[in-house]
Amino acid sequence: MTIMEFVSTPAPATASRIGVEPQPAAPTKIEVRNFNFFYGETKVLHGIELDIPENQVTALIGPSGCGKSTFLRSINRMNDIIAGARAEGRIAVAGQDLYAPNVDVVTLRRRIGMVFQKSNPFPKSIYENIAYGLRIGGTKDRRVLDETVERSLQRAALWEEVKDRLHSSALALSGGQQQRLCIARALAVDPEVLLMDEPASALDPIATQKIEELVYELKNNYTIVIVTHNMQQAARVSDRTAFFMLGKLVEYDETRTIFMNPGQKLTEDYITGRFG
Amino acid sequence: MRHFDKEIEHLKELLLRMGAMVEDQINESIRALLERDTNVAQRVIDADTQVDQMELEIDQHTIELIAMMQPAAVDLRFVAAAMKITPELERIADLAVDVCERAMELNREPALKPLIDIPRLARMAQDMVRQSLDAFVRRDPVLAREVIARDDEVDLLTEQSFRELLTYMLEDSRNISRAIRLTFIGKYFERMADGATNICEMVVYLAEGKVIKHSSANES
Amino acid sequence: MNATQTTMPAPATLVKTDRRILDKFFITLLALSVVIIIAILVVIIGNIAIHGAGQVTWEFISKPPRAGLTEGGILPAIVGTAALVILMSIAAVPLGVATAVYLHEYTPAEGLSLAWRRFRVSKGLPGRRKLFVRALSALLATVTRSAVANLAGVPSIVFGLFGLGFFIQFVGRAMDRAMQAPGEVHWGQGSLLWAACTLALLTLPTVIVATEEALRTVPQDLREASLALGATRWETIRRVVLPGSLSGILTGAILGISRGAGEVAPILFTGAAYYLPFLPGSVTDQFMHLGYHVLILSTQSPDVEATKPLLYGTVFVLLALTFLLNLAGVIIRMRTRSRAR
Repeated sequence: MTIMEFVSTPAPATASRIGVEPQPAAPTKIEVRNFNFFYGETKVLHGIELDIPENQVTALIGPSGCGKSTFLRSINRMNDIIAGARAEGRIAVAGQDLYAPNVDVVTLRRRIGMVFQKSNPFPKSIYENIAYGLRIGGTKDRRVLDETVERSLQRAALWEEVKDRLHSSALALSGGQQQRLCIARALAVDPEVLLMDEPASALDPIATQKIEELVYELKNNYTIVIVTHNMQQAARVSDRTAFFMLGKLVEYDETRTIFMNPGQKLTEDYITGRFG
Repeated sequence: MRHFDKEIEHLKELLLRMGAMVEDQINESIRALLERDTNVAQRVIDADTQVDQMELEIDQHTIELIAMMQPAAVDLRFVAAAMKITPELERIADLAVDVCERAMELNREPALKPLIDIPRLARMAQDMVRQSLDAFVRRDPVLAREVIARDDEVDLLTEQSFRELLTYMLEDSRNISRAIRLTFIGKYFERMADGATNICEMVVYLAEGKVIKHSSANES
Repeated sequence: MNATQTTMPAPATLVKTDRRILDKFFITLLALSVVIIIAILVVIIGNIAIHGAGQVTWEFISKPPRAGLTEGGILPAIVGTAALVILMSIAAVPLGVATAVYLHEYTPAEGLSLAWRRFRVSKGLPGRRKLFVRALSALLATVTRSAVANLAGVPSIVFGLFGLGFFIQFVGRAMDRAMQAPGEVHWGQGSLLWAACTLALLTLPTVIVATEEALRTVPQDLREASLALGATRWETIRRVVLPGSLSGILTGAILGISRGAGEVAPILFTGAAYYLPFLPGSVTDQFMHLGYHVLILSTQSPDVEATKPLLYGTVFVLLALTFLLNLAGVIIRMRTRSRAR
C-alpha cells in the first residue's frame, strides 16, 4: 500500500484477551466526523474521524508536521486566531458541535482547557495565575478563590511545594513546576476536557515523569487528549493512541494494540523507527 | 506509588498466585501417591488447565509491560526473570500431573513396597520449589544459591531409589511394571527439583545481574 | 639540512604586536570619543550650573519678573510650563497608548500585501468576507503607521503653524461662532488648550512607537494562554498585555513628555506670552513658559547685561526640571519592572 492509499479506520471494540479484563466501552466525550482543516488554500487535515472516550487519555502521535497539533488546537478552536484558518466538518463535545454558527468560542474554551508545550505562566504571583480564569468568570469571593487555588494546586501535585509562597512570582519556579502551575491554572476553571500539546517536551526526565504521573491521575476526572512526539511517553501514559501522518488519521486503537501489534504497516514502521 | 510500580506489583502477585497453585499441585500429587487416592490424582490432572491459563496470562502481561512501560535495570531483569520462571512453573505443574497419572496406574495393582525414598525425594523437591519462590519474592540470592546446592542431594537420592527399585525388578519380573512406574515418579520429582534450580538461577540474575546458568559450579 | 627551520615563518611575537597595536589604537579612539562627549556635557552643564545655581533663590522661583524682565523671578513661567506639560500629557498619552494598542493587538500582523493576497486567492471559498475585513483592517494599520512615521519627521515650527491655522483659527473660531456672542473671541486665540494640543501632536509618535515596542515585548504565548482560559481579547489586553508592558509604556510616555516639555517652536503662535501680570487660571488663558522665557530674555531684553544672570537662572531651572522628569521616569520604570518580576 503506498502512502497515499491508506485509509483511516476507527478501531473495533476491544477483543477479549486471556487474563486481561475487557474494558467496558467508555462513553464518547469528543466525536469527530469528517473533519478537514485548511490554512488558506492548503489542506492540512483530511477527513478525520475519531471517537475520544470520556475519562481516558488519548494520545496523538506522528512525525513532525503530520497535523496532530493542528488537530488538537481545533478542538478548542485556538486555530481561530490564525489568519486564513478554516475548518470543515464536525467536532462535537458531549453531543454539541463546536463549529456550529452560534457557538461562543470564549465559553467553549472554559470547558476545554489547554496546556502548551512551553510553560507560559503570567508574570504574576502563583495565586493570581490560578485565580485568573476565575476572575475572568466574575468570581470575586476571596474564600472561593482561595479554595479553588488550593484544590487546583493539589490536583496538579504542586500544593505542597508552593503552599508557603502563593504570592511570590510564578516565574521563580522551575520549569517542571511552572508546567504543573499551568496545568493547575487550566484545571481551576473546571473544564471537562484537558488538551495537552507536548506538555513535557521542554522538561528534564524527572519533571517529565512527574507530569506523566499527573496525567495518569487526572484521567479519573477529566478527558485528556495529549499530543506527544515521544512514542514511549504515549505508550506509558495513554489508553488509546491515534497515529497521524500527512494530515490523515492512519490508525486509532487501544494503546496496547498500537504498540504491540498495530494493524497498519505504516504505523508499525513509525513505531519501530523505520521512518520519521 | 508510580503506576508503573503498581504494574510490577501486579505481575509479582500473578506469579505468586501461579506459584501457590503449583505448590498445591505438588502437594496433592504426593498425597495422591502416598494415600493411593485416585480421586485426588484426578483433581490434580483436571486442575492443570488453570495453571496453563495463568501461564498465558502472565506471558501477555509481561509483553505488555515491556511494550508500554519500557522497564530498565532491575525492573527489566525482573520482567525478564518473570518471563523465564513462568514456563518452569508450568513444567513443574505438568510433572505433578505426570506423577498423578503414574499414581493412578499404580493404584490398579497392590503396592509394591512401602515407599521411603520416594516420599523423601518428593518432599525435598517440594521444599526446593517453595524456597525458590520465596527467594524470588524476597530477591534473595543467598537463599537461591542454597537451593541450587541441594540439587546434588536430590540427584543422589534419585539414584539411590532407582538402585533399590532395580533390585525389585531383578527379583521378580512381575514387579517390573510397578517398579518402572515408581522409577518414573522418582525421575519426575528429580526434574521438579531441576526446575526449582532453574528458577533460583533466575533469582540470582534478578538480584545481582549475574547469569550463573550453565556455569561449571552448577554442573550436576 | 634543516629544511623545516629555514621555511619557518617569522617569530610569532612580531605578528602579534601589529595586531595588538591596531586593537589598542581603536580602543583608545573609542574611549576618546566618550571622553569628548562627557567633556562637552560637563562644560555645558558646568557652565550653566556655575552661573545659574546662584540665581536660584526662593525669590527667584516664587516671584514674577519685574522692571521689564530685568529683575525678579520666573514663577509664572514655571507654573505655565507645568500646566502645559500636564495638559499635554493628558491629551497625548491616552490617545497614543490607545492607538498603539489598537495597531498591535487588533490589526492583522501579516501586513497589507499578504492580507490582500489572501483575500484575492480566496475566491469561492467561505470566510471570504472575513478576509476582506482583515485586508481593510491591514490597510488602516498601514495608513496609520505611515502617518505616525511622517508626523515624527515634521519640524516643530510647522507644528506651531498647524496649531495656529487649525486649532486656533479653524476649530477655535468655529467654537466661538457656535458658543459665544457674535464678534466675541474666546476660543479662537492662543491658549494653554491649543498649545497643549499642538504639543500633544508632536509627542504622539514617540508615545505610539514606544508603546508598540513595549507591547511587542509581551510574548505571544501569554496571550494564547489567556485566550485558552476563556478570556476575550480585551480581557487579555487589560489583564495580561498592558500590565506586562507597563514599564515600556511609561518609558515611552516620559520620553515623549520630556521632549514636549522642552519644545518652544510649537508654542510660539499658540499661546506663549512674553509677559503676563497674572498666572493662567483656565485652559483658555495664555501662559508664560520657561523655554520661551529663555528666548525672550536672550533676544528681546532692553538691558543685556542685567538679564544675563536671570537667563542663566532660567536655563538652570529648565534643565533641572527636565532632569527631574527623566529621573522620575527611570525610577518609575525600575519600580514597575521589579514589580512585574
